[in-house]
Amino acid sequence: MIWNREMECMPRDEMTRLQSERLVKLVEYVYNNVEFYRNRMDAHGVKPSDIHGIEDIVKLPYTTKDDLRDTYPFGLFAAPHSDIVRIHASSGTTGKATVVGYTQNDIDVWSECVARCMSMADVTKDDIIQIAYGYGLFTGGLGAHYGAERLGAMVVPMSTGNSKKLTTMMVDFGATAIACTPSYLLHLSEVLRDEGLIDKIKLKAAICGAEPWTDKMRHEIETRLNITAHDIYGLSEIMGPGVACDCKHHTGLHICEDHFYPEIIDPVTLEPVADGEVGELVFTTITKEGIPLIRYRTKDLTSITHEVCECGRTSARISRFKGRSDDMLIIRGVNVFPSQVEAALVEVEEVTPHYMMIVDRENNLDTLEIQVEIDVRYYTDEVKGIEKLTKKIATVIQQALGISAKIRLMGPNTLKRSEGKAVHVIDNRKLY
Amino acid sequence: MTAKQLSVFIENRRGRLGEVLKVLKDNNVNILSMSLADTTEYGLLRLIVNAPDHGRDVLLSAGFSSMITDILIVKVPHVAGSLQEILTIVAENNIDIEYMYGLSVEANDATIVVKTNELKRACEVLKKNKIDTMTEEEIEAL
Repeated sequence: MIWNREMECMPRDEMTRLQSERLVKLVEYVYNNVEFYRNRMDAHGVKPSDIHGIEDIVKLPYTTKDDLRDTYPFGLFAAPHSDIVRIHASSGTTGKATVVGYTQNDIDVWSECVARCMSMADVTKDDIIQIAYGYGLFTGGLGAHYGAERLGAMVVPMSTGNSKKLTTMMVDFGATAIACTPSYLLHLSEVLRDEGLIDKIKLKAAICGAEPWTDKMRHEIETRLNITAHDIYGLSEIMGPGVACDCKHHTGLHICEDHFYPEIIDPVTLEPVADGEVGELVFTTITKEGIPLIRYRTKDLTSITHEVCECGRTSARISRFKGRSDDMLIIRGVNVFPSQVEAALVEVEEVTPHYMMIVDRENNLDTLEIQVEIDVRYYTDEVKGIEKLTKKIATVIQQALGISAKIRLMGPNTLKRSEGKAVHVIDNRKLY
Repeated sequence: MTAKQLSVFIENRRGRLGEVLKVLKDNNVNILSMSLADTTEYGLLRLIVNAPDHGRDVLLSAGFSSMITDILIVKVPHVAGSLQEILTIVAENNIDIEYMYGLSVEANDATIVVKTNELKRACEVLKKNKIDTMTEEEIEAL
């Protein structure tokens, strides 16, 4: 089903015209309302009057996550605080979170985009959908929730953390759709199987996102649960889930291009690459009011096509993600940067700054172990002393990352020191 | 009198304990008694050796977390109930035992290594009750 045929199936030349109009307006708006952008554009030697259409976007400077950090918390907001109705936040590269703000119009646009994505999975107002993303500062829960309400579906705000309750309600309510991370859905399929509930569910579709997965994993989910599963993409800086999603043909994720203008660039030269070539995905939020971003570098590596899809949508499609151009990890759907761990450990004087993160997947749930060396000055020969220290570090890490980690204390000099760029992560997860 | 114990933190890894012992052997440090507190992730090796300070130094330079801990080495007569009597005295004086293990010396008495939360007071309490402890010198001479 196509939610907004006018926008999703708009002829390419009309889309280009629309994007051009919106970009011109956006640049003017941002220049006048965000000091950071005004200074940066001045330094870059570009004025709003130089932007006549979407082709002029290349004249504009890039925005990075570091810019959000440097202007923490509200420095990039373009709308006055009285117009901001919601805040979300995601992991920053160091201690500080990346904060984004939404006007009512932004929330409406977001809901519309998520509704389009859910429609790609044929979810309609007649469906009962369980939202099993975390609710709170993370965009996943509330983003999917508002989109599903926009569709008019019956929304069950499960949030995360209670698989048993989720599967029970899935059966009792006759839930027909679910939104969660793909690894969690795979885990749920095992819970359902173990409880003998597979034949009792009425699930038809899943909208999965917040972490990378493969077609093989999708097939596995679809077979186990006898459903169709769709890949929804988004990031809080741009909006949250609903920036793009794949339709039933699964030939790439359709971008809501009337709101988010995509570019693919070479992450080293920063030059645009051709359709079909892998590069870093860059977005300009051409309709956003709260925190509009110009040429935001997502660090996600993918390729793009502008060919018309079999489903009839004309929107540009991005392929499944090929990785990241930075060291961000996604663990249980949460963005984690090794630098956050580093910043957190500096606060614990009993350990050295050397650490290693071991990421794995057990029963389809991500696990994180952090190995740290005890500073020899704080060594104790009592088990309770070591356990107290372990607990202290675990608390600091949980507060920094927003997810729990298993802490393993190591003796001095047991963690590898690498020459040159330090290796801090061992990711043993196999995405099928 | 308190005595010195050599303590070593060992992460659970095959061969790690052997590596510690090899360093001690190569440096001529003789082990008189040992105890290993093990958890799933690490072990705490506690050793009574003839030269604890030297043992710590050589282990540190070999890259092991080692340290000296003050402990008590208490003589326990070879009579049923004598250990229990000692522990009763310790408990009655509100002293907590962190850990203890046996130490074999060629003598008529048995000996145990005891770590308490209040070492100095434990010493005084034992002395007052005429319970003998061994000195560092006695250990070194073994």
